[in-house]
Amino acid sequence: MMQTTQNSRDAIFGAIRSALKRSGPLPDARRAELDANVPQHTRPAQDENLLERFIRTFESRAGTVQHIASRAEIPAAVEAYRANMNLPHRAAVGAALKDLIWPADWQVHHNRAGTEELLSVSLCIAAIAETGSLMLGASADSPTTHNFVPDDHVVVLEAASIVGYFEEAWAILRQRSEGMPRATNIISGPSRTADVEQTIQLGAHGPRRVHVLIVAA
Amino acid sequence: MEIRSKEFKSRAVFAIHDASLQQAMGKARDGFVGKRAQQAAELPEFEALREEAKNLKNHILENLDHYLERYEDAVKRAGGHVHWARDAQEARAIILDICKRVNAKTITKGKSMVSEEIDLNEALIEHGMEVVETDLGEYIIQLANEPPSHIIAPAVHKTKNQVSDLFEAAHGGPRKTEVADLVNEARQVLREKYFRADVGITGGNFLIAETGSSMIVTNEGNGDLTQTLAKVHIVTSGIERVVPTLDDATLFLRLLARSATGQETETYTTISTGPRRATDLDGPEEYHVVLVDNGRSKMLAGHFRDMLRCIRCGACMNHCPVYGSVGGHAYGWVYPGPMGSVLTPLIKGLDNAYDLPNACTLNGRCASVCPVKIPLPDLLRELRHLQHQQELSPVMQRRALKAWRFVATRPKLYHAGEWIAVRVLKLLGRKGSIRRLPFAQAWTDVRDLPTPEGQTFLQRWQAQRGK
Ligand code: SF4
Repeated sequence: MMQTTQNSRDAIFGAIRSALKRSGPLPDARRAELDANVPQHTRPAQDENLLERFIRTFESRAGTVQHIASRAEIPAAVEAYRANMNLPHRAAVGAALKDLIWPADWQVHHNRAGTEELLSVSLCIAAIAETGSLMLGASADSPTTHNFVPDDHVVVLEAASIVGYFEEAWAILRQRSEGMPRATNIISGPSRTADVEQTIQLGAHGPRRVHVLIVAA
Repeated sequence: MEIRSKEFKSRAVFAIHDASLQQAMGKARDGFVGKRAQQAAELPEFEALREEAKNLKNHILENLDHYLERYEDAVKRAGGHVHWARDAQEARAIILDICKRVNAKTITKGKSMVSEEIDLNEALIEHGMEVVETDLGEYIIQLANEPPSHIIAPAVHKTKNQVSDLFEAAHGGPRKTEVADLVNEARQVLREKYFRADVGITGGNFLIAETGSSMIVTNEGNGDLTQTLAKVHIVTSGIERVVPTLDDATLFLRLLARSATGQETETYTTISTGPRRATDLDGPEEYHVVLVDNGRSKMLAGHFRDMLRCIRCGACMNHCPVYGSVGGHAYGWVYPGPMGSVLTPLIKGLDNAYDLPNACTLNGRCASVCPVKIPLPDLLRELRHLQHQQELSPVMQRRALKAWRFVATRPKLYHAGEWIAVRVLKLLGRKGSIRRLPFAQAWTDVRDLPTPEGQTFLQRWQAQRGK
């Protein structure tokens, strides 16, 4: 098998180069030039304040938001949400929020989420005002299953980590010492489908609701 | 999927008389076209982005080998594996190999047009594996045992009633009739599969050379559950999908959702980079990318390089009057509509899909909405030209064209012929119109031809000029 793939690889590169009327790879100088290129693509103009724009766009995609004054208020806000949604006293909480004091009668764990999990709480890396999206990265502090398995996903967003454009969110990823997360999830509201007669239905496979707690800067 | 594009005409006639299909297509057309137009209108930069996207794709294609090498290196650095497949058969063999090695019993799949292109499901099922499509639309057509009829909305041809029937038969009822209940039923059935899956297969909208990541864009989250919960994640993608950096992918993201589903963004954009890390609590243990050529390097060489810019948004089919009337299945292979009419003959052979480039009115709407400005009508015309050169067109048509050429290059003969034709047509006409025209019944069966006034165009033109 390995042999075939190697032969196929060579054949494909050969075909590409002959299609491009070249006999081998580009000269090193040209390759270095391509590698050094920093794209400057047009970004859609934004004329709102970042927080306002994020809230407007996120809500337009059926997400909900709530403002809280400090990190310490997270557990109470999640408890209110849980009670309101009539969920059991249990949640998968990203280890990034481990230090908070969660209600004593709750079953809280920081492991991956299984099908029995109805509520999860995550801390996001950033939010993108352009499209009203949250950016989460897989790690021991924020397992990917928390983002997709439970019915209700509560995401904690520090107001200071809202950026205007995708490009700024990528810059945050590039600065991480540990490099790209295994999975980077850009999430714009609850899961949805329009596969049955174009009717939009929320909660296709992922969360039915995504609720953001915005922690004041 | 066996190619059945040769049956285009009969399948098109059948489709036009299929009431359920016509009902479903009508709804879809209105939704997609209106929403896209609104998105385009709300973004002043939309046209500038299309032009940039076209140029960027051209740049990538011009340096494709370089970006593919950079991408391959980066995937390896992130702990992933890259496999190269010249054609469908090699791609199937690579994927089968991985599945067998990990002793896969259940395989979940996110939407991947390349996997349709390489007939993957059949091959896996033949080897005793359970293959579960998890995109709701793909799941519906898998139950119906049909191929997708649209690249974004694979079950767009199905009515709610038909989905109710399929689900009742597959899940044992009671029969659901509300969209919410149908979606919920599929959600419950598929959840169990995600958690049981050994291998999860997804497509890749973009491959990022900078980071060695694959990027998928979905609304349902099925692709994410597929790739997060399986032990092995396999990405299938065409070699043309590579982009240099995350910023470059962003240019296409800004166009993709708007063009495809008329949204500012899809719900989920996911960037996958290698297998799970030592400290991760979830994610696949292995990460593989299968890069498929299957005719693409050939397209790169000639007139059809433009087609490799395609980002598979589906806008061209949403705006195509022919697709809108006959639906995707008439096209007889995995890619329908204008982009399919170009790709199918190029991948499967000009002679296997003769009708597709010809079933086009050259109205140009597809090209005017294509986010990467692919000149689809020009490419279709070029295919007709090639078909004609290779003598694939019907003998009668070639003779007629030859005769026309003979006459048209002799002005005197042409004018005389025209003069006679106008007079004969006038004689045939009753009350200003001709109901039936010999040799052109297919045309006059559904409409009348107005009777000519008795003068040729040139005669009237000269009379006008004389004034
Ligand atoms: S040809 Fe253009 S409009 Fe059609 S699917 Fe491809 S990118 Fe979209």
